[in-house]
Amino acid sequence: MAISIKNLTKKFGSFTAVNGISFDIPKGKIFGFLGPNGSGKSTTIRMICGVLRPTSGEGRVMGCDLVKDTEKIKQNIGYMSQKFSLYEDLTVEENLDFYGNIYLMGKAELAERKRQLIEMANLKGKEKSLAGTLSGGWKQRLALGCSLIHNPSLLILDEPTAGVDPVSRREFWSSITQLVSGGITVLVTTHYMDEASVCDIIGFIYNGDLITIDTPQELYRKHHTQNLEDIFIDYVKQLSNKEVVTSFKEMKRHRREGGSD
Amino acid sequence: MKLRRLLTVTKKEIIHIRRDKASLIMAFVAPIMMLLLFGFAVNTDVNQVKLAVYDGSMTYESRELIRKFDNSSYFKVSEMLASPDHVEAYIDQGVVKVGLVIPPDYLKELKKGKTAEIQVLVDGSDPTIARTAMSYSVILANNYSIKIKELSAEKSGRLAASAPGVSAKPLVLYNPTLESSKFNVPGVMGLILQNITIILTAFAMVRERERGTIEQLIMTPVTSLELIIGKLIPYVFIGMYDYLIILILSYFLFGVVVKGSLVLLILLGFFFLIGALAMGMLISTVARSQLQAMQAAMLFLLPSVLLSGFMFPREAMPDIVYAISSTFPITYFLVILRGIIVKGVGLAHLSNATVMLVIIIAAIILITMKKFKKTLD
Repeated sequence: MAISIKNLTKKFGSFTAVNGISFDIPKGKIFGFLGPNGSGKSTTIRMICGVLRPTSGEGRVMGCDLVKDTEKIKQNIGYMSQKFSLYEDLTVEENLDFYGNIYLMGKAELAERKRQLIEMANLKGKEKSLAGTLSGGWKQRLALGCSLIHNPSLLILDEPTAGVDPVSRREFWSSITQLVSGGITVLVTTHYMDEASVCDIIGFIYNGDLITIDTPQELYRKHHTQNLEDIFIDYVKQLSNKEVVTSFKEMKRHRREGGSD
Repeated sequence: MKLRRLLTVTKKEIIHIRRDKASLIMAFVAPIMMLLLFGFAVNTDVNQVKLAVYDGSMTYESRELIRKFDNSSYFKVSEMLASPDHVEAYIDQGVVKVGLVIPPDYLKELKKGKTAEIQVLVDGSDPTIARTAMSYSVILANNYSIKIKELSAEKSGRLAASAPGVSAKPLVLYNPTLESSKFNVPGVMGLILQNITIILTAFAMVRERERGTIEQLIMTPVTSLELIIGKLIPYVFIGMYDYLIILILSYFLFGVVVKGSLVLLILLGFFFLIGALAMGMLISTVARSQLQAMQAAMLFLLPSVLLSGFMFPREAMPDIVYAISSTFPITYFLVILRGIIVKGVGLAHLSNATVMLVIIIAAIILITMKKFKKTLD
């Protein structure tokens, strides 16, 4: 198992951010972690990364205990968030060098890895450009490069494609699927349901509770629909006990008929 | 702690500083500008103050006294007036700052062997000039009366010391010419060292948070200690550079010579620098943005300028303010700086200030470490 957590709970004072969730993710899979904003996704991720200590529960990431072996876990994890936390006043190469050295990579190993990643991210010729001068798609690819510099076996992506254009989004996901075929495990959070449908396993978290965890195929079968977005909305509707907004389909019909409410 | 990770952070920080014009100016140009500004502008020396004179005696002796005032570099006789009222009027109107009134019985009193009283009127609206002008005129009058006494003693054959009529002689130690730069420049040194390092380090940490790069860093194996120390190293060098350049410039521009041990001065300066870096760190753990960091820095820096004894003597402060100023490291560092540079005393005379400085800085470092660990959680 790449990730295996049991009854993981995190409380901030009297507020329970994550409420006793358990799941197992085998190696080499893409795990899509879905849920509305503020449902506990980031808190769970931070516990898995060994950054946040769980209030109770236990877990192992790549075989390492997420309370005791945080240093080892961090050495094996690549992390990339929506903010593309690059140093904008450092060049492409300096950014890669910085993270490579933080992971204590050997000189030759780092040089070789840098060459591979610059090729993968299509950043050839941009090595000496400041990261701040790159456009959105380039930045995203550089951020991915930085998170992969140390050959991690688990890649964690926190809304990696938020605010990125459709072409860059597809290119990004094609790189991810290639990485997975190379044996890496991916945990990804996203609000794009087309991205979620590419995942091998989908977990849905709401108000700190893990509502369901299944393959997309099983979810389609259970909910009698091929549309993940409808399943997502259905869950929120059931759990929050209120009408979410009308579907986009209905909105379109309303507008065509000229009805305004 | 891994040295290589620490140095990686340091190398990155140096690139940040090199590519950020504002930081570069702050680190290398601002200290020199501040020294020039404070050294020349915070100049409380009194030179060529305009003096209005009423000479009621109109004798050789009275003219000699006036000449003494005029020949000193402190005063310039600008008006000779017909009555004491005129002198007062001139001060009222702000034409002159100081007036000298010599009474008609000036010579008579002198001849009797008594103390002849002369009146010095000072415009009190500028206390700095007033204080200095007062002490200068007392010195001038004293010197003159000593001379007269010696003369009369010679004539009468009595000992000068037994001649009556000499009032108190003000004794000014260490800085007999009362040159304010000798007193101010060491203070300026301390303030520059403190302000530059606090602001630079506060910004360095906050920038990491503001740009979100801290999120990425905490996912890597880098520890908070490696991160803090790695980021601080460049600022230690900048701080030491600033400290030394100010020492050198003070010598060439203001003639400030270090009377005491240079080694002790640099060692204690280095220690104070560590404290200032920790304070910058503390600010960065509280502030969420660079704007907030600036505000927090100002909130701290302003009182430390006003209350540390740099501008106003602490002895004159109300108890509560005195107590507050006792918690600033700069307060003790100023005592040390002035002690070593101006008075030339050693550690034995500065033990109180040094011990307090060590205690306060140790406390700040402890609080900073605790706070910093918390913010990363």
